[in-house]
Amino acid sequence: MNPELGQIAIALAFCLTILTAWFGLAGAAQRRARWMEAVDGLSLGVFLLTGFAFLVLVTAFLGDDFTVRYVADNSNSALPWYYKVSAVWGAHEGSFLLWVWIMAGWTLAVALRSRDLPDTFRARVLGVMGLLNTGFVAFLLFTSNPFQRLVPMTPSDGADLNPLLQDFGLIVHPPMLYMGYVGFSVSFAFALAALLSGRMDSAWARWSRPWSNVAWAFLTLGIALGSWWAYYELGWGGWWFWDPVENASFMPWLAGTALIHSLAVTEKRGTFKAWTLLLAITTFSLSLLGAFIVRSGVLTSVHAFAVDPTRGMFILAFLVVVVGGSLALYASRASIIASRVRYSLLSREAFLLVNNILFVVAMAFVLLGTLYPLAYEAVTGGDKISVGVPYFNAGFVPLMLLVALALGVVPALQWKRTPPERVWHHLRLMALASLVLGVGIPLVVFDALPWQALAGLTLAVWVLVTHVVDLVARARLGLGRVPVAYWGMWLGHIGFVVTVFGIALTAVLSVEKDLRMAPGQTESVAGLTITFDGIIGREGPNFVADRGLFVVEEQGRRYTLHPEKRRYAARDMVMTEAAIDAGFLRDVYVSLGEPVGDGAWAVRLQVKPFVRWIWFGAIFMMVGGVIAIADRRYKRLRAAAPAAVAGARA
Amino acid sequence: MNATRRNRLLAVSFLVLGAAVTAAFVLKALNENINLFYPPDQVVDGSAPVDTRIRAGGMVETGSVLRTGGDLTVHFTLTDHAGSAFDVTYQGILPDLFREGQGILVAGKLGADGVFAADEVLAKHDENYMPPELAKLKGMPGTAPQGGMNTERSIIDPAGADAVRGNAVLEGGGR
Repeated sequence: MNPELGQIAIALAFCLTILTAWFGLAGAAQRRARWMEAVDGLSLGVFLLTGFAFLVLVTAFLGDDFTVRYVADNSNSALPWYYKVSAVWGAHEGSFLLWVWIMAGWTLAVALRSRDLPDTFRARVLGVMGLLNTGFVAFLLFTSNPFQRLVPMTPSDGADLNPLLQDFGLIVHPPMLYMGYVGFSVSFAFALAALLSGRMDSAWARWSRPWSNVAWAFLTLGIALGSWWAYYELGWGGWWFWDPVENASFMPWLAGTALIHSLAVTEKRGTFKAWTLLLAITTFSLSLLGAFIVRSGVLTSVHAFAVDPTRGMFILAFLVVVVGGSLALYASRASIIASRVRYSLLSREAFLLVNNILFVVAMAFVLLGTLYPLAYEAVTGGDKISVGVPYFNAGFVPLMLLVALALGVVPALQWKRTPPERVWHHLRLMALASLVLGVGIPLVVFDALPWQALAGLTLAVWVLVTHVVDLVARARLGLGRVPVAYWGMWLGHIGFVVTVFGIALTAVLSVEKDLRMAPGQTESVAGLTITFDGIIGREGPNFVADRGLFVVEEQGRRYTLHPEKRRYAARDMVMTEAAIDAGFLRDVYVSLGEPVGDGAWAVRLQVKPFVRWIWFGAIFMMVGGVIAIADRRYKRLRAAAPAAVAGARA
Repeated sequence: MNATRRNRLLAVSFLVLGAAVTAAFVLKALNENINLFYPPDQVVDGSAPVDTRIRAGGMVETGSVLRTGGDLTVHFTLTDHAGSAFDVTYQGILPDLFREGQGILVAGKLGADGVFAADEVLAKHDENYMPPELAKLKGMPGTAPQGGMNTERSIIDPAGADAVRGNAVLEGGGR
């Protein structure tokens, strides 16, 4: 297909997004039913047009159309077809086209699934989303055209996709991440619509909750996939680096975690209303900030895209408009919100507030560490600094431990107030049990563990025990009567501690050896013996590799691992391909460094206990987030919803 | 004072105290963990502090990489091609794109003897990418901004080394 068709589709989509915004917002303000109805068709149009543009780009990649500059930069005729498809979002322009398409998809989904909302509210939500997409499409059209041609200097073959990206991870990680980033635009749009219409009761929270949870679930999965990808593909066994771009995706997650909890309080108790609105604005603003960090190249990072000042300026301007505009609206309206609900310190409300404070503080902490180098450079006139990993760990670990501490109390709490004696009576045995299990056993089994690990284990046991006991107590009254939403919360919380458990144990029990190994040499690591049997050559579709033979003997089991050192011809780039024997309880991880003479190689041997639990936990959290909104009450979101909320508040 | 007020006062004092402690703690952590970057001339002329964790960078001087002994110790020299150069020692695995003639970053401590003991070596993971810290140094190839002739040349000749391209990746060889 002709690439210009894609560009025309984007230009048309731009016009339609402007109309969506206008008909939605102006239609709601002037109560013009025809205008508000038009928004549905316009949203569908934007979705189809951007989808068509995306398809055109995919076709250009599959057909090796190197007259298109973006294809020539990021593909090669020798690339396997599935990487040609994923190369579409392997660099800036195409990934932003994906972003825009996903934005259009969320808008269409809201249009289709919100027919029961009041017309003006619905039109405002779609209008705000149209307005956001106007900015995104303009960015694509005016600074990042993926369909730009290279004529007449067309190359005979493409420069190839960066070998690091030639992996399953690229196929799944960015789409999931963008689903999350962009999904929070729905929460944002609901919050703005609530502010615009002055309907800041609990109804908007109830309507917004399913969308926010789904966006959060996608973001959780996207971040976990990114971490897992970095773990096996970068070749050295780290799973989180506090890299600016990782932080860029993590900050919306932290704010989003606070948001989905705060929404629950607002929906059920009618309180935290102003705070929830602010969180919805903050979360999406952080998504935009992330886009700015990744796409402007202002920070040195693992995945920064090409540096182009106009792009950075555009996103920065957009960010200022969105954040400034929404905060101004918030400031002018939020003061009329009145909360009449009282609650004591020992109540679910209070502990959800604790959750919110801890997650927002954690977010602010990560934000400070991420942006500090920028501020420092600006203030000192060019001095470059970097903020070290110890900074992030020093603050983040204690904060998450506090989260776990509070989390264990939650099942014992009721709304409004809980008698202190009841809480104490309910929890004292479990607290003791967690201390014994979490501190006692590790101290007997292992020599000395750092306090963070002991605290992490104890608190993981603490949350696990309190949640299991609570579930059993509820199940006794009839398993069928346990609400679906409860299962969602339960799974999400268990997921959180599974991740904590994995992090604590991996951090302290991992064994890592960097060595020089000659052929025939045997080394022992954490009770395993690993023998280096030499190197053989291997030819892949678009690379040549030195393939190592490592025989591992582990408790009577014997297997061979094949780490590789690959040289990709098109970019003349060397890549480490680690070999991993993945397991539920531990990973054995072997990577090849470089040849160091006499047939010997620099080698890294690692045994990483429980590392997979970090990502298992994330999957639990994601599933929990989705289940929590599968509750029947969200399927009955009729216009009668406000009445139901008033009932719930009584 | 009624119960509500007492609770509110408690909550507020708790918040203020928490915020103050947190702020103090954060500033301390930040202060202890910022690593300043120094180019070769500042490492050589003594502006870079000794025995403090810093970052430095430069081009790996051709012919300077030397592995010694039976372990993974490696020595090399970083230069700015403008008269300043310093020696680095590192123990461990070098990143994939560590090559002679390429710009890299090292993190670690400068010794009193002028030798930089690195605990981390970062090389660019894209052959055309230049870490922003190094981009300002003179004599560095690959510092041309994207666009114009450079980009076009690199596409006619994919191995051409003059364009800054997408997906630049910094790769750590160590931890």
